[in-house]
Amino acid sequence: MVISYREALNQAMREEMRRDDTVFLIGEEVGYYQGAFKVSKGFVEEFGPQRVLDTPITEAGFTGLAVGAAMAGLHPIVELMTFNFGMLAMDQIVNNAAKIRYMSGGQLCAPMVIRGPGSAAHQLAAQHSQSLEAWFSHVPGLKVIAPATPHDAKGLLKSAVRDGNPVIFIEAQLLYATKGEVEEGEYTVPIGVADLKRRGRDVTIVAYSKMLLVAMEAAEALAQQGIESELIDPRTLKPLDLDCIVSSV
Amino acid sequence: MDRDDLLSLYRQMLLIRRFEEKSAEMYALAKIAGFLHLYIGEEAVAVGAIAATRPDDYVISAYRDHGHCLARGSDPGKVMAELFGKATGLCKGKGGSMHLIDLEHHFMGGYAIVGGHLPLATGLAFAAQYQRRTDVVLCFFGEGAVPSGQAHEAFNLAALWKLPVVFICENNRYGMGTPVQRAIALYGDVAETARSYGIDAQRVDGMDVLAVRTVSQRVVDQVRAGKGPYFIEAVTYRFMGHSMADPAHGHYRTKEEVDEERKRDPLVLLRNTMLEQHLATDGDFKVMEREIGGIVADAVAFAEASAFPDPKELFTDVYAGD
Repeated sequence: MVISYREALNQAMREEMRRDDTVFLIGEEVGYYQGAFKVSKGFVEEFGPQRVLDTPITEAGFTGLAVGAAMAGLHPIVELMTFNFGMLAMDQIVNNAAKIRYMSGGQLCAPMVIRGPGSAAHQLAAQHSQSLEAWFSHVPGLKVIAPATPHDAKGLLKSAVRDGNPVIFIEAQLLYATKGEVEEGEYTVPIGVADLKRRGRDVTIVAYSKMLLVAMEAAEALAQQGIESELIDPRTLKPLDLDCIVSSV
Repeated sequence: MDRDDLLSLYRQMLLIRRFEEKSAEMYALAKIAGFLHLYIGEEAVAVGAIAATRPDDYVISAYRDHGHCLARGSDPGKVMAELFGKATGLCKGKGGSMHLIDLEHHFMGGYAIVGGHLPLATGLAFAAQYQRRTDVVLCFFGEGAVPSGQAHEAFNLAALWKLPVVFICENNRYGMGTPVQRAIALYGDVAETARSYGIDAQRVDGMDVLAVRTVSQRVVDQVRAGKGPYFIEAVTYRFMGHSMADPAHGHYRTKEEVDEERKRDPLVLLRNTMLEQHLATDGDFKVMEREIGGIVADAVAFAEASAFPDPKELFTDVYAGD
């Protein structure tokens, strides 16, 4: 079936919340407003305000609350209205969520997903146009995912919820309305496995998230000039599927 | 509280005191590295408050955490081994002094970014509320955390969602070297910060373990009954420096001030009370000293005899399944 990236995320979270009572959604405007980008449309109606929690505009406070809840056995999905606001929660993400497993010697962990849109969109200006995935990717203990297609968005978000680690899941505002084929029924996409989008012998292009769509156009343009490019979408930035990239190069 | 209760409170405070005095010695001998923040002088707060908890309640603390961990019942040998950085420590030597964590005793740490663990405490409390359990959270922090943004965000969410968390502010009057008068606008009544969020609050003499115990029991019972969060300001004093790198007096406080505060040593206060009320004899305290001395010596021997973690341990416990 063909659905939007937004709908794919909605389905992933809905399926995971139906599967597991310990999964809950927390963030600004996720409930009665239906999500700032309408990703959680219909959630508060289906799951109730105990599992779909509208928060005050306090990223450190509610992200930290989610980390504590995860340490106590729950599986939070934190929606950051955008990752630009996530910098206010950096202490919670880096010092608590990412490190608790290590510094407790494996006694505690923070199985959770921190998701929302990142990168640039339509003239959002300096403070709302940032790609922060490199920051997160440098923090031991975090996994970082940035899917480009509805299929991968759905399958990877479901994997992220079940992963057992804190997972940074970066969406792109310009992708929410894009459409694509997803499998019927239940499926997941494994974390850390790249997707070879196109085979070619002349050059390797690695692109993720919104830039994958740009790179696909570029590959077509190159092909018209007789240059066959190989296009790889890593999908996951941490862990990165280096084998796939290296063998292509 | 009967004689046994009082002896138990004294025993726990004495264990923390002697354990930390020995830790300081071990630090001087370079057996312990890194930071070491001693709780000496403040023992009545952890011991009095934690005595009011059940085993399934969660306790969480800042980096001055040896006292809370021991009061929670952690094995002194494993705690000392953790300070030594040994593989037999509570956290396999990966936590250290500032990140003591003991899940078995529901001691959730040990956090070293000031103010950063208050949101975690609200999350532990949220989990209890979400799963309709009746456990509560005791969250200890210094007054230095009170003006931090994360503390305010935690107070607001705790009050907004009526979370079962007891915020226990250990007001020892100095955030490292800065006196509270130069750090908190409402320094005359630190608890007012919590009240401004609609959180009930009370000040207690943090050198008087019986007062802390009594107030904490009432507060824990109230919070457990679903009445929302509570803020206790325990007025206390740190007899030692901020850390081992900081002398007890010098730049920011005088020897006279420290000597004056030492007259209200929480161990001395309880001991005098028990002697006056004929609840214990000098002999009882001597016996206890010997017993605690043995426990601390055993803890050091255990830590000394234990191995350092294998270097490979650097790469384990980073991700699930490591």
